[in-house]
Amino acid sequence: MNELLIPTITLLFSVAMIGAAFVAIMVKQVSIAMLAAGLVSLLASVLFLFFAAPDVAMTEAAIGSGLTTFLFFFVLGRVRGDQRD
Amino acid sequence: MIKRAVVILFLLGLGSLFIGLMQGYIPDTELNQTGRYYAEHTAQDIGAANIVTAIIVTYRGLDTIGEVTVLFLTAAIVGMLLSRGNHKGKSLQRELPQSGELLTTGSYLLVPLILLLGAYVFINGHLTPGGGFQGGAIVASAILLMLLTDPLRHFSHQLITVIESVSGLLFVSIGVLGIFYAGGFLDNRILPLGEFGSLFSAGAIPIIYSLIGLKVGAEFSSMLVNLSETEDS
Repeated sequence: MNELLIPTITLLFSVAMIGAAFVAIMVKQVSIAMLAAGLVSLLASVLFLFFAAPDVAMTEAAIGSGLTTFLFFFVLGRVRGDQRD
Repeated sequence: MIKRAVVILFLLGLGSLFIGLMQGYIPDTELNQTGRYYAEHTAQDIGAANIVTAIIVTYRGLDTIGEVTVLFLTAAIVGMLLSRGNHKGKSLQRELPQSGELLTTGSYLLVPLILLLGAYVFINGHLTPGGGFQGGAIVASAILLMLLTDPLRHFSHQLITVIESVSGLLFVSIGVLGIFYAGGFLDNRILPLGEFGSLFSAGAIPIIYSLIGLKVGAEFSSMLVNLSETEDS
């Protein structure tokens, strides 16, 4: 059971990551693309956790998934605000 | 059409490359030479329960100084580029929509907790996963939440600069102290190793990692604050 668990989870998360990456580049709305890019990072950090690398997982979750996504939204808000003026 | 075909061909090539690598992959049954050295010697030589931290702060401390320097340069360049055309007084007059009640109230509750978590992560870097870089990023995300709640909030650039420079200076001075009082640059044994697994253990690692955490947090925060205060119009 445990033998099969790790490969199954790895496969599941990898497929989900590729799916999220495709959504990020295919979708028309910028905000959804940003969320999908953040999702890729989040899934990657979960994968790192399963591969017994919690330090890398924390970095990925804090910087890749948290800070970068919010920074994108921050800049998007700024750009849109300027367009309206 | 040709562009798309090239992209698909490129992806197929990359995929076949990875499949070839996958088929020749044999998982290691034991640690390699370097890994075994770290695993066997960290506990008695460095005294850190987290081997990754021992490698980052002590064995490869010089690389960490390089990383922190790169981050500092990035923050400095972002600040330099964005501070151009930032006229004080004239800027920040645009009417901004009120941020929601949920965000405002939630940030009052969450900001102290996030700051606490960040400090916990970098102080306990030698015991639990995480450390200066992760803790610093968590601290910066608390600053980001405050900026999202109130984009016009003013943060003291002076304070951020002082925290950043003082922690960087102390980091390097502790490293230099290691040359005189211990085995070499950034050696953590200038302080007693203490009891393995307790908070005050592993010599200078908790101090160094806290300084790195403060420095990284200040650098990310200065980038965010600079971004928020820029008004190009």
